[in-house]
Amino acid sequence: MYKKIITGAVATAVAVATFVSTAHAEDTLYIPALSYRTGAFAGGGTPFANGFMDYLAMLNARDGGIGGVKIVNEECETAYNAQKGVECYEATKGNGALVYNPLSTGITLQLIPKAPVDEIPVLSMGYGLSAAGIGEKFPWTFTYPTSYWSQMSSILKYIDSNGGLKGQKIGFIYLDVGYGREPIPLLEKLAPQLGFEVAMFPVAGKEMQAQSAQWLNVRKERPDWMIMWGWGSMNPTAIKEAAKIRYPMDRFIGNWWSSAHADLVPVGEAGKGYVGANFSGIGTDFQALQDVIKYVIEPGNTRTDPSKVGDVLYNRGLYNAVIVAEAVETAQKMTGKSAISGADMRLGLENFNLDATRLAELGLAGFAGDLKGDCVDHEGGGPVFMQQWDGENWVKITDPIAPMSDVVRPLLEAAADAYVADKPEWKTQTCN
Amino acid sequence: MFYRESGQFKSSYKEDMQAFPIREDKIGIAVWLLLAYLYVPFFGLPGLEYGFALNAIMIPVLIFTITTIGLNILVGYTGQISLGTAAFMGVGAYSCYKLTSYFPDVNIIILIFSSGFFAAAVGALFGLPSLRIKGFYLVVATLAAQFFLEWCFIRIGWLYNFNPSGAIEVPQREAFGFIVTGAAAEPVTRYLVVLTILIFLTIIAGNLVRGRIGRSWMMIRDMDIAAELIGVRPLTTKLSAFAVSSYYCGVSGALMVFMWLGAAEVESFDVNHSFLYLFMVILGGLGSITGSYMGAAFIWTFPLVLKEIGKVFEINPTVMENVSLVAIGVMIVFILIKEPHGLARLWQLGKQKLRIWPFPH
Repeated sequence: MYKKIITGAVATAVAVATFVSTAHAEDTLYIPALSYRTGAFAGGGTPFANGFMDYLAMLNARDGGIGGVKIVNEECETAYNAQKGVECYEATKGNGALVYNPLSTGITLQLIPKAPVDEIPVLSMGYGLSAAGIGEKFPWTFTYPTSYWSQMSSILKYIDSNGGLKGQKIGFIYLDVGYGREPIPLLEKLAPQLGFEVAMFPVAGKEMQAQSAQWLNVRKERPDWMIMWGWGSMNPTAIKEAAKIRYPMDRFIGNWWSSAHADLVPVGEAGKGYVGANFSGIGTDFQALQDVIKYVIEPGNTRTDPSKVGDVLYNRGLYNAVIVAEAVETAQKMTGKSAISGADMRLGLENFNLDATRLAELGLAGFAGDLKGDCVDHEGGGPVFMQQWDGENWVKITDPIAPMSDVVRPLLEAAADAYVADKPEWKTQTCN
Repeated sequence: MFYRESGQFKSSYKEDMQAFPIREDKIGIAVWLLLAYLYVPFFGLPGLEYGFALNAIMIPVLIFTITTIGLNILVGYTGQISLGTAAFMGVGAYSCYKLTSYFPDVNIIILIFSSGFFAAAVGALFGLPSLRIKGFYLVVATLAAQFFLEWCFIRIGWLYNFNPSGAIEVPQREAFGFIVTGAAAEPVTRYLVVLTILIFLTIIAGNLVRGRIGRSWMMIRDMDIAAELIGVRPLTTKLSAFAVSSYYCGVSGALMVFMWLGAAEVESFDVNHSFLYLFMVILGGLGSITGSYMGAAFIWTFPLVLKEIGKVFEINPTVMENVSLVAIGVMIVFILIKEPHGLARLWQLGKQKLRIWPFPH
């Protein structure tokens, strides 16, 4: 009996695997989505994955893919877990994957060394290793449209323009994993330079929903401003705790992973005034989003809850797909091939140009700042704007704030040098 | 039918005491070894893409088998339950990382083996409470080890060379003229290294549990007071079990990061993984080396198989992910009730049935 079950299971597994590995036809654009709709961070992973998948599905339905080639968008569940991420990578790369968007700094760190070997670029959009923005040192990794360090400098600029930075005490509350620690070197460098003080409040992954200890310290230290690098359930918890100790909300700034609808809806009125950084448009008042609704949401070819279309994270996932699609199109034009490879994709990512005219053509006028692919600058150095929670929705409150590239760039270069220094075999590139 | 020991006579103690006294077992092991060394490196697994078969199935399964054997020594053979496995693996991984940054030219395989000793020392230290407490209280003590070590991996920057991202990233290292770690290492090289280390460690573990030390572990497990009366010293026995077990975990942790993941954060060593390894031991079979192989292979491949089945029936991957979580949970409860000795026992029953086939009595 047991033997039969085991033989049966093995046979099914083998049959299934063979079927899957032969399922993809020749002329497709295979773009895997390493998403997470389960686990502790599903709240953020789900809307992002929806936006990403829906946009590509819309391109398939409206235009028949990109350049006449259908997009195959396969989802692989990682649960924000690095081991599962590697498994997903191995499971999908053989199908001719063009680019990976892992949406996890942990998984990105593991894919960075693999990218040059397998010749598949990694686009860690606004997350991952900040130093990877140095194109000469990291030919296969991109952090468009901007990195954590640039974002932090934009936030500091915002503080500076709202009463000055000098002599201020800045509290930094962060998720104590690779992601949250990423901007600390920049803060430490900039603090003496710009004359502010930093107080750190780490939140361990297990304590995401129990932050009273940290906020007790915040009350003791009395920082003038708070900046948050949080993700998942850490965000609403922090904002609720801040409200509890009556911390002034308009002096509490979240980064772009800490200021989505998923974070503030559970807080509601109490979070009124909370400020967040963002680089992609809010709402559905864009032609491309209307197309997504018309071609994908209304026919029901999606798992997206229609009321969530246009949310901050949904739109960011969509923006991720826009960059990918634009790079594919650029690569197709440059190589003259319709079905491109990972190496062609890298060319595309270094040469696309999403300026205002192009965004308008795509039906996304005003959705995001100008973004131009470049060989040297894999970071994009894009500006972020600030948005504020009005109790029910996000409202854009500033124009795009450019990062302090003059300060950030040398630091990025130093970090990239440090990464490459102990890897004698690392493949770099020379631009021009 | 095929598996029958009649007619195989032992004429000396040596023959009677050997690891595989039955000829069919010897042939079986030889076939497995041939497959592992000659088939898999060239063809991968039947029906699966080669890189996927090696990187996502074979290498992790072999590494987790080492972990499972290690944990089995502690839980299955000595009866000391531990929830600190993942943290002990972390000790191995971080010490291997530190060693290779201090001694970049030393053969990485030597360093992997040495890093096990650090894990063994830490394991023995956290095993000390086992001399006074048992059962649930010991679980809590090892859980404390888990959280304390996790805290160290986050807070002590020296452990990850003050890398801003807090992760350890594996540099490229060579052994015997081949690149064995780093992204440029061929999957087949890594596979062969892991396989050879696993077989070496299996032989050691198999002989340990058959010999004096293993017997004293089992005596402590079965009845510690009686064992003490007979003359087994609980101090050395329990601590040696913790040390050997942690050594195995440490080596597997170093292998996990260096031969498989390529980079790791503390998240790869969290308590959820400790539970996962405990499930591997329980499902595979407490107190069985064969069971450790089966448990690790089963727990690791089961979700993959479910995922593939989900793809065929076009069920979305999220649902399948949750289904596999539920299924593993249900299976553990089911196996605990129906067959507390796990897959290893089923295997044994199967062999027993074959012996008397076709005339069961």
